[in-house]
Amino acid sequence: MPHRPAIRIVLAKLGLDGHDRGLKVVARILRDAGMEVIYLGLRQSAESVVAAVEQEDAHAVGLSLHNASHLTLAPRMVGALAAAAIDAPVIVGGIIPDDDADELRRAGVAAVLGPGASADEVVRAVRDAVAGRS
Amino acid sequence: MRAESIEELLAGAPSGERRVVGRLISIVERDGDGAEEIAEWAHARSGRAHIVGITGAPGAGKSTLVGGLLAVWAKAGRRPAVLAVDPTSPLTGGAILGDRVRMDSVATGAFVRSMATRGHRGGLALAVPGAVRVLDAAGFDPVVVETTGVGQVEVDIVGAADTTVLVVAAGWGDAVQASKAGLLEVADLFVVNKADRHGAHDARRDLDLMLDLGRVSGHEDRRGHRPEIVMTTSTTGHGVEGVASAIDEHRRHLVESGERARAYHRRIALEVRDRAQALLVTRVAKLLSSEDGRVALDAAERRAMTPAAAARAVAARIIAAPDRTSPEHDRS
Ligand SMILES: Nc1nc2c(ncn2[C@@H]2O[C@H](COP(=O)(O)OP(=O)(O)OP(=O)(O)O)[C@@H](O)[C@H]2O)c(=O)[nH]1
Ligand SMILES: [Mg+2]
Repeated sequence: MPHRPAIRIVLAKLGLDGHDRGLKVVARILRDAGMEVIYLGLRQSAESVVAAVEQEDAHAVGLSLHNASHLTLAPRMVGALAAAAIDAPVIVGGIIPDDDADELRRAGVAAVLGPGASADEVVRAVRDAVAGRS
Repeated sequence: MRAESIEELLAGAPSGERRVVGRLISIVERDGDGAEEIAEWAHARSGRAHIVGITGAPGAGKSTLVGGLLAVWAKAGRRPAVLAVDPTSPLTGGAILGDRVRMDSVATGAFVRSMATRGHRGGLALAVPGAVRVLDAAGFDPVVVETTGVGQVEVDIVGAADTTVLVVAAGWGDAVQASKAGLLEVADLFVVNKADRHGAHDARRDLDLMLDLGRVSGHEDRRGHRPEIVMTTSTTGHGVEGVASAIDEHRRHLVESGERARAYHRRIALEVRDRAQALLVTRVAKLLSSEDGRVALDAAERRAMTPAAAARAVAARIIAAPDRTSPEHDRS
């Protein structure tokens, strides 16, 4: 009778700037795919995301990054999770140049999604990233 | 990280280690391997935490109020935890759990856990007490349960708390809705939130009137405590300390009057009832799909038996035959 539990994913926007419209759209896409989305919203830090992932026992982290600081913030998030011995993949969305996307992947980001990603692509990226870890 | 043994997890739980407590709740929620062991551990150590149920219409400001309470409690050196329940989409089974947005778990050191209304073995009525007990056993106090007071299950859940707080928003006619949902009867404390808006005093007056009616019907006497009404603007924190002290005041009243023991008694009775019913529901489903079940269904279909008589035959089989497959039975 063991039923497969729904994927739980923490969604957050790191840093101080911006709005969370894009993140809200992603939240609805993932909910509509049957996932439990733990929505943190704006102005989160690596520390607050780690706390949420631990308390919520989440399987994955989705970050929205819309400024030029993705090269610092995303690897910092990966590092903070590793330091807490949390094995949850990080998926990044935002306007990110191809070269930077490669660098993020080398830094341990599981997937990078551009603003043009379809709902299916978003869902598949999360499912694949989670499947790759368990 | 996902492969830790239950023993290792339980060793880390008393210190309230976030990752460990997070895992334990998942296992209990899912009723997976080790859930029984965790439940035994938690039950033996629970009973210290004050359990606060917070309910009210969607958007009334419950999470913002809880966020404010966490800050007040953190300043007083307490270690609060929150279990925030949000509805699951009936179409997809997914959920957006957004209550955390209004709570700062880092600054307050609070443990915050979000729960969808669906996706637990045995349903919300079993998952919530199981998770609350883990938080209690891990040393958190108070433990807050936030739900939108819409369904009967949700009303039962917050009603089973030591202190049940009903949040109504100014100018929304919430008080009338709440009275229809049966929430006035279970509330020990009322909060009129969004006091910065028009209609706050009307909301307060509505509540007062309804409490007067309740006194007439004898409801207040049964509880021996007229619920306090506190006005708040949760977004600025105004009035939130008043809510925290009203909760403490109610806790004192519960302990001194012996009502705390009675609330505990009610909670256990409710949970045992719910769990027994859940076990029986499983057994009925199993029996109906077995050969014996098919015989009874067939007899009812052919009009050889009334549906009621077929149901009695099914129930009699369950009572006569112990369920060999359930873990409860293997243990004894
Ligand atoms: N003006 C005003 N707005 C408030 C107050 N408290 C909360 N809000 C706002 O009301 C909205 C809903 O607040 P929440 O705390 O999320 O309400 P909730 O009852 O937890 O909502 P659900 O969990 O979705 O049922 C938010 O936009 C808050 O900022 C208040 O005292 N005054
Ligand atoms: Mg809420």
